[in-house]
Amino acid sequence: MSGDRQPRPQDFKVQSRAALADPALRASFRSAMDFLVDKRAAQFPDIGAYERLRSLGTRIREHALAKLPELLERLEQNLTALGVQVHWAETPSDANRIFLDIAARHGAQAMVKGKSMVSEEIELNREMAAHGIDCVETDMGEYILQLDGDRPSHIIMPAIHKTKADVSRIFAEKIPGSAHTEDVDELIAIGRRALRERFRDAPIGVTGANFLVAETGSLVLVENEGNGRLCTSVPEVHVAITGIEKVIERLEHLPPLYTLLTRSATGQAVTTYLNIVTGPRRAGEKDGPREVHLILLDNGRTQAWRDQRFRATLQCIRCGACMNHCPVYTRVGGLSYGTTYPGPIGAIVSPHLLGLDATRDLPTASSLCGACGEVCPVGIPIPELLMRLRGAARRRPAPERKPLRDEGAARSRAETLVWTAWALLYSRARLYRWFSWWATRLRRLTPAWQGGWTRGRVPLRPAPRSLRELLAQRRR
Amino acid sequence: METDTHVYLFATCVVDLFSPQSGLDAVEVLEALGVTVAFPRDQTCCGQPAYTTGFADDARRVAAAQLDLFPQPWPIVVPSGSCGGMLRHHWPRLFADDPQRLAQAEALAARTVEFCDFVDTRLAASQVADTTPVRLALHTSCTARRELATHLAGRRLLAKLPGVELLEPEHEAECCGFGGTFAIKHPEISAAMTEDKLDALQASGCAQFVSADCGCLLNLNGALERRPTTLRGLHIASFLRSRLATRGAEQRR
Ligand code: SF4
Repeated sequence: MSGDRQPRPQDFKVQSRAALADPALRASFRSAMDFLVDKRAAQFPDIGAYERLRSLGTRIREHALAKLPELLERLEQNLTALGVQVHWAETPSDANRIFLDIAARHGAQAMVKGKSMVSEEIELNREMAAHGIDCVETDMGEYILQLDGDRPSHIIMPAIHKTKADVSRIFAEKIPGSAHTEDVDELIAIGRRALRERFRDAPIGVTGANFLVAETGSLVLVENEGNGRLCTSVPEVHVAITGIEKVIERLEHLPPLYTLLTRSATGQAVTTYLNIVTGPRRAGEKDGPREVHLILLDNGRTQAWRDQRFRATLQCIRCGACMNHCPVYTRVGGLSYGTTYPGPIGAIVSPHLLGLDATRDLPTASSLCGACGEVCPVGIPIPELLMRLRGAARRRPAPERKPLRDEGAARSRAETLVWTAWALLYSRARLYRWFSWWATRLRRLTPAWQGGWTRGRVPLRPAPRSLRELLAQRRR
Repeated sequence: METDTHVYLFATCVVDLFSPQSGLDAVEVLEALGVTVAFPRDQTCCGQPAYTTGFADDARRVAAAQLDLFPQPWPIVVPSGSCGGMLRHHWPRLFADDPQRLAQAEALAARTVEFCDFVDTRLAASQVADTTPVRLALHTSCTARRELATHLAGRRLLAKLPGVELLEPEHEAECCGFGGTFAIKHPEISAAMTEDKLDALQASGCAQFVSADCGCLLNLNGALERRPTTLRGLHIASFLRSRLATRGAEQRR
């Protein structure tokens, strides 16, 4: 799906159908997800210990969200005292404007960027390119995608949909002077060499942040490739961008969340790098950026926060486990969703970012099997949230509450009528008995075409007699 | 061994209209265990289809109509796992802002027992009449697995039946693709999940598979009928009845 046509959430059905029809893609997603599922499981051999850790993680995140405004204030104070410049961005375009201002002040034509889903959310690369600034991805997966004009299909393993052959072709085409190879180590070496030069020259390093520690004013960055460390130490200016929900109260809250994150995400007990950035280079220090900025993006998060029914959405630590375990994601892949965040987490967070109208097909694209909620390391009741979003998309907003964006947008008269009739039938026993008597007698008249059901199945047909009739006969 | 002498059967909508034999077999198995089964005739549905689609108000109306149907303090046996989960976990949520109904719903939730769970704690090996060897797979609905741990009860139950060899298909814990209105709103995704589930079941080499959830069975059998195979899913109650010395089994001999 590389090229100009970007997938959109509005086209989820079309995109997912196309993905399902691609057996190679399905097989590769299945095996990649199975691999991650097994690696995670190996990290949590003791269910009891896992449950304890998970409930601790859940409490930490709930606690942080309960005090969100206060923690954000404290974070800003502590960051400012350390010399970090804090910016608040309500929308993606606000955030991009802040980036452009910083770049303009430094006359920067180039940026190097570590992996950051929030930067995807604001489409930073595209916006910077439109203003003549070259923003280079330095995470290997993201770099491959950028060279190919493609988008991430997984929040942890962005290029999981690319094969070795794809990468070999992309590098040979896009990196001048690189020899054609299909050897993975050689490919990585080629990519790294090309990136080294960019690190040396770029005046601005951009990263995301996995956690923000309010009490110390620290930005925490979890990674495996070392590119994040380079982005936060080589360029003169470091700009971090993340969502307002990433704040935690204390440094001691970090270890349990870090452990849950790395084990749930990649099945690693620790990552290769854990960067804790607390302020810019100080007097007497030999390296580190002279200027550090933090951009805090809202983009719909306040909407989720303000409504108690949806606040848990923001507990997410972006581990991706819900995606790896999702039978729908495993089959349709990440690009089908057409959103920055795919899979179950995407289905619960995107409606707040993009509105319930554009994302109307995402909360319904789940059998509610519960695999996501079971593995979520911070206890987000994902199936519950999906059901609530389904309801919110179909109900007129209640007058006493501030509505969600596009609340009620998926309401259709036909669907409402079907359920009203259903409720009438099934809440009146006599009516139902009459109905079931006729339904069984007229079973031969059931239509052979039953919408989506008969796509892959024989039609549903009532039995010759209902259970209540059979039991009544039996008693006689 | 538990000693209830009476139980209610809450058979739910799918069993009543589409799979009555499963309900009948459940009754016979329960009777073979020595309990008297009451079937309140006004029962209809647990409300799950509307609830999971986002129509909680309609679900509440239907659930409310069931609340008065189980006046005696007997266990309420549900032969469909996901409906059992609905009663146990979601009915109390439906009535969260209605104290009187909430109390009723909570009392019912506490008495709700999934079929396998109920039978497992009461079945004695001496009651098994048929011990013909059979290779079997067990499919558990996702909500039954996660809300009621029905897969464990199902396994324990099958382990008590001599001659049954339980196989474990690939991705045994994965969803079969049913998911209520999901199967209708996203038919291609649902079908892909169902096809993979059937491939795994067929590859396992089982002669038959059993489940305690009629929704999954309708889905899987509905798709199996389109395949050149005789493999079918059976409600676990029907399988049990065929192995036990029940009234119906004797009549058939
Ligand atoms: S919702 Fe839970 S499982 Fe999914 S990415 Fe977020 S923290 Fe991980």
